[in-house]
Amino acid sequence: MNSTAFVRAEMAKSRDAPRLDVGVIGWIRQNLFSGVLNSVLTILSLVAVSLALIEMLPWAVQSSWTASSLNECREFIAATYGEGTHGACWSVITERYLQLIYGFYPSESYWRPNLAIVLMFVALSPILFTSLPRKMLWFSAVYPFLGGWLLWGGSFWTILAIVFGFVIGYAVMLVGFRYAGTLGGIISGVVVIILYWLFVSNPLANALHSLFPWLAIEYIESAKFGGFMLSTTIGVTGIACSLPIGILLALGRKSDLLIVKAICIGFIEFIRGVPLITLLFVASVLLNIFLPPGTSFDLILRVIIMVTLFASAYIAEVIRGGLASLTRGQYEAADALGLTYWKSMRLIVLPQALKVSIPGIVSTFIALFKDTTLVSIIGLLDPLGLTNSIRSDGNWNGIVWELYMFIALIFFVFCFAMSRYSMYLERKLQTGHE
Amino acid sequence: MSPQTGGRHQQTFRLSMLLNDTRYRSLTIQVVVLIGFMLLIAWLISNTFQNLNALGKDVNFSFLGQPSSYDINQRLIEYDSRSSHLRASFVGLLNTLLVAALGCTLATIVGVVVGVLRLSKNWIIARLMTVYVEMFRNVPVLLWIVFFMAILIDTLPRPREFRGDDATASMFFNDSIAFTNRGVYVPEPLFSDSLGDLSVFGFFGISLDLVAFVAVLVAGIFAASVVRKRAEKIQATTGNLPTTWHIRSALIVFPPLAVLYFLGFHLGYPELKGFNFSGGIHMRNSLIALWLALSFYTAASIAEIVRAGIIAVSKGQTEAAYALGIRPNLTMSLVVLPQALRIIIPPLISQFLNLTKNSSLAIAVGYLDITGTLGGITLNQTGRELETILLLMMCYLIISLSVSAVMNQYNNRVKLKER
Repeated sequence: MNSTAFVRAEMAKSRDAPRLDVGVIGWIRQNLFSGVLNSVLTILSLVAVSLALIEMLPWAVQSSWTASSLNECREFIAATYGEGTHGACWSVITERYLQLIYGFYPSESYWRPNLAIVLMFVALSPILFTSLPRKMLWFSAVYPFLGGWLLWGGSFWTILAIVFGFVIGYAVMLVGFRYAGTLGGIISGVVVIILYWLFVSNPLANALHSLFPWLAIEYIESAKFGGFMLSTTIGVTGIACSLPIGILLALGRKSDLLIVKAICIGFIEFIRGVPLITLLFVASVLLNIFLPPGTSFDLILRVIIMVTLFASAYIAEVIRGGLASLTRGQYEAADALGLTYWKSMRLIVLPQALKVSIPGIVSTFIALFKDTTLVSIIGLLDPLGLTNSIRSDGNWNGIVWELYMFIALIFFVFCFAMSRYSMYLERKLQTGHE
Repeated sequence: MSPQTGGRHQQTFRLSMLLNDTRYRSLTIQVVVLIGFMLLIAWLISNTFQNLNALGKDVNFSFLGQPSSYDINQRLIEYDSRSSHLRASFVGLLNTLLVAALGCTLATIVGVVVGVLRLSKNWIIARLMTVYVEMFRNVPVLLWIVFFMAILIDTLPRPREFRGDDATASMFFNDSIAFTNRGVYVPEPLFSDSLGDLSVFGFFGISLDLVAFVAVLVAGIFAASVVRKRAEKIQATTGNLPTTWHIRSALIVFPPLAVLYFLGFHLGYPELKGFNFSGGIHMRNSLIALWLALSFYTAASIAEIVRAGIIAVSKGQTEAAYALGIRPNLTMSLVVLPQALRIIIPPLISQFLNLTKNSSLAIAVGYLDITGTLGGITLNQTGRELETILLLMMCYLIISLSVSAVMNQYNNRVKLKER
């Protein structure tokens, strides 16, 4: 039998993919016009985007960057681009951006907030990036006092005297641990610190200041704070102070002690149930009524106190989530090792729980940073509050869009960057877990 | 247990055991905390009374009965400047609830649409939605509120531009809706054979027409569900599902229409009279700016929640449903959605609460919600900071806590039953 079926000897030549399915055209067909509905949506959105651009771009481009008043700007635009052209007066930004950033802070002292923010990043870096040397954490611990001194100024001895309180308190606590047990040690330490701050700290600082007066910079009152500097001060102080309170509240909420638990739940739910603006009203009109007669401190400090309480409730919920994410085995292993409650929390539970909570803490900070705009309602000069004071200047009476856009842009840049960082962190932490 | 160790258990109580014995230590700590907490409260209260005495004030809520002597332009119930502060606060509370209800509705619609479109395979749509979400999430809501207010005031035509033969602006939808820079005028429902108002404790009236309409509508929906249940029962026994959709839609649509007809329903259109519009419902700019800003801001968060919920239902669920031979839209409604909703609804409700709390920023555009009336003008006129702010916080707290109570009920109901 000799059947000769055809057997191909060489490979068939491969053909190119259909022209319409590859390259730019293929991509467009797959991603933009894959069906009737998709095509309609694509065309509609292209039309919408181009309409918005046609409306906005000429306004943004046909603008003045140099005029010193709204009238001058309008005349300039009318002369350059023709009568009846609507254009942006970006010159209000070039003229007032320093005010929008620093408020009424004296210009010869701008280096102080600048240095404070640079040092803040230095202090934050060992917390954010674990590869840096751990010794830098000492600087992070000292930074709150240093930063506060840079912003408000005054005698450095005041700060030193306050920090010295912590040293004394710590020493007393160590002695107390030996003779009165854990609880006794903590209580005696706290009592000593409070007594020291109430009665010793100020006279000590004054005495040292009169001996060595050269260690002082000009005192700047909070009323001069404004703009993004104010927002950052309130936001950063609020988050930093609310962290320890939030951790304690979260531990309290999870604790077996019924009364402690009830108090913590009550506080957290109360704060989370009311809007921030009512707490700011409390800061502006009520807080002085709650404190001993005669105490009065300035509005910004009161706002910071209320914002701290507000943020601590939210931080507590974030950290509670972190605590809940640990398996029971971790708690049980700590107990099995015979660690006391505080030791097991400090050495085993909290390091893991806090690591998991960092993205949540960053989100809380973003929310708080955005919420600092609310202080304009009680009359503080944050960026939004400053727009009113800029408009009340005769030169810029009636300017709206340019200022809002500038402020929105800055908020956007900061919040967007922070949210990206938190997403990066979430991804990084995810791999460690699953 | 040997007798020796049994004997050690009966050792007498010593004071140091309060600190060192775990049986008593938690009690000690709690008592110490409770005493400290009560001391703190007592300190705050005594400070408050000392300060109030020094100012010559007392704690007293009688100011609520006094005439308010200010006007509220956006209101849902009868109110004038001779009404009491209590009534003013109530008007404010209703305004808060109004903007919250409007806002939650719009935010849900926009949020769900954006969240689904963000997962679209269409490149440009997905990118546009991402831009929308990031733009609204990363800029403070207060800025959005004043921004929307500025847009409404600057870009919409003035009422006088509607006037005359050479009017530069015109009304929409057959002369029924007017967008002006003083607000939006929409037709109002009117009843020529109205049933009148139902007075609640003589405090405010609820339109009986509305009550009748809603009652008939609810009854219709109930009847439709009964028909549906019966049809399902028939399907369970015989295997054939009787066609009932026309009966059910008729039950829902026709009775309310009949009610409207008997009450003599007609629309009152806004008309240009003099320099301004009259008639119709006037939604002021402040309300609209607040409504839109809060909705779009919250919708950005809702979009993320919806997206996360859809992604979270694993693909295996859909594939398993297909393997069982369930059709795609039934898979969506019976398999994917119930699981996604369990993930979506709790954060969704907390977004609604956020929106309600953020509505207190109404004060920035002059919409008089409860923060503007009770915590704003009433506070300034009567000088009763303590009482007004406490009442204000209580109102918000009651709203929040009741919503979260309902929420917890729901969570317990849909919780995965674990053995």
